[in-house]
Amino acid sequence: MGRRQNVTIKGTKEGLLLHLNDTCAFSDLVKEIEEKLFSHANVLKDSQVVSVRVHTGNRLLTSEQEDILKEVINPKKNLYIASIDSNVILKEEADRMKRESEVTVVSKIVRSGQILKVDGDLLLVGDVNPGGKVMAGGNIFILGKLQGTAHAGCYGNEEAVICAGTMTPMQLRIAGFIDRTPDRTEPANESECAYIQNNRLMIDRLLVLRKVRPNLNRFLEGGLSNG
Amino acid sequence: MGEALVITSGKGGVGKTTSSANIGTALALQGKRVCLVDTDIGLRNLDVIMGLENRIIYDLVDVAGGKCKIHQALVKDKRFDDKLYLLPAAQSSDKSAVSPEQMKKIVNDLKQEFDYIIIDCPAGIEQGFQNAIAGADRAIVVTTPEVSAVRDADRIIGLLEKETIEPPKLLINRIRTSMVKKGEMLDVDEVTNILAIELIGIVADDEGVIKAANIGEPIVMNPNSKASIAYRNIARRILGESVPLQQLEEQEGGMLSRLKRFFGARA
Repeated sequence: MGRRQNVTIKGTKEGLLLHLNDTCAFSDLVKEIEEKLFSHANVLKDSQVVSVRVHTGNRLLTSEQEDILKEVINPKKNLYIASIDSNVILKEEADRMKRESEVTVVSKIVRSGQILKVDGDLLLVGDVNPGGKVMAGGNIFILGKLQGTAHAGCYGNEEAVICAGTMTPMQLRIAGFIDRTPDRTEPANESECAYIQNNRLMIDRLLVLRKVRPNLNRFLEGGLSNG
Repeated sequence: MGEALVITSGKGGVGKTTSSANIGTALALQGKRVCLVDTDIGLRNLDVIMGLENRIIYDLVDVAGGKCKIHQALVKDKRFDDKLYLLPAAQSSDKSAVSPEQMKKIVNDLKQEFDYIIIDCPAGIEQGFQNAIAGADRAIVVTTPEVSAVRDADRIIGLLEKETIEPPKLLINRIRTSMVKKGEMLDVDEVTNILAIELIGIVADDEGVIKAANIGEPIVMNPNSKASIAYRNIARRILGESVPLQQLEEQEGGMLSRLKRFFGARA
């Protein structure tokens, strides 16, 4: 046993967990994975499909390297990669995640033809006029009237919600869902919210959000004082 | 040093040129020296409404291109002594014949000599619009109480907010009180709620305006018509006076109900 193991395999209830050494060359890793999985090939032959979770430690795989891993592991009988995790992420991605979790406060009227777009949540202190458009990667909160178009979760987040002081939009979009609001007979005179439930865009009173989107609360219970 | 005021709207046919002519004339009636500038190159109208069409020798494009001095192109309105002049647009070129820099220079030159420069903006948001607002210090956005006109006015206000001019003021034109009463037309509040800018005046729909335009005499010169009073009030507000908004009660309706009340009281 001259050399250290670069790949450690653990069996768990869900399947195999592969820990990859993050200090050796990637090509060595691939070689070792191949060897180890081949040596177990007999065992795996008649078992059910086994999921493999890969953890790369402090190594960040490029998408090409991920493809190579998938190729090595997938053709082996009865194996598939369930996830590839790592302790590290790209700086760009970290920036993006930071932007997407920020709340941007804007105080203005979004007029016809104007588009206001933010990556995170949007808090608009003002109105969206007919023909105007607001877009956000996260949630949209409008203190004034929403009479134009609002697109929440524009990068695909279906959990996003749209809230408005007066909800009379031309069109509502959340992730890939588009809805024209129903023509209402009486004017809306209280704040309302829109969210996706069972693949349908729903509009309801603000209070229901607590139930359907409990994750909307950002601070811990201790932050709310009842004293 | 004078002040340049652009009259714009986005949508066509809401009364930009009529408003330019009347506001300019009303300011001249107040004793100010006024120059009207038509920037609707290729589709000029202001000269027709002012009745000065047959006196044009040079135009805006000639001035911009250096073909003539600015004084040679100004058309004097003889009805107003030395108070009112028009710088007409060219009819045979298009909007690209003048650049925003040239417009800025022309307006600045005019500001040395006149108290007010009223710039009549063409419809649309293309180069004609950019030219018209280039030299302006203030802007008046004209709209009618129609959804389409209000939508375009909203767009224009958005574009004006990006420019370095004072926040624009709103003029609501051609209000028909009878339709507003029946709920068939937007009322003043609905329009100002959406556009959220300061109102500088409201003008009732008045057949006299068309009649006056056809004979080349702005309606403000007839002191009795409703539209005339409205435009005179707007001119006074531009001069800094605070004038209350005109009551838009319809005259016939008012008479009839008064008669009814009279007979009702007797019976």
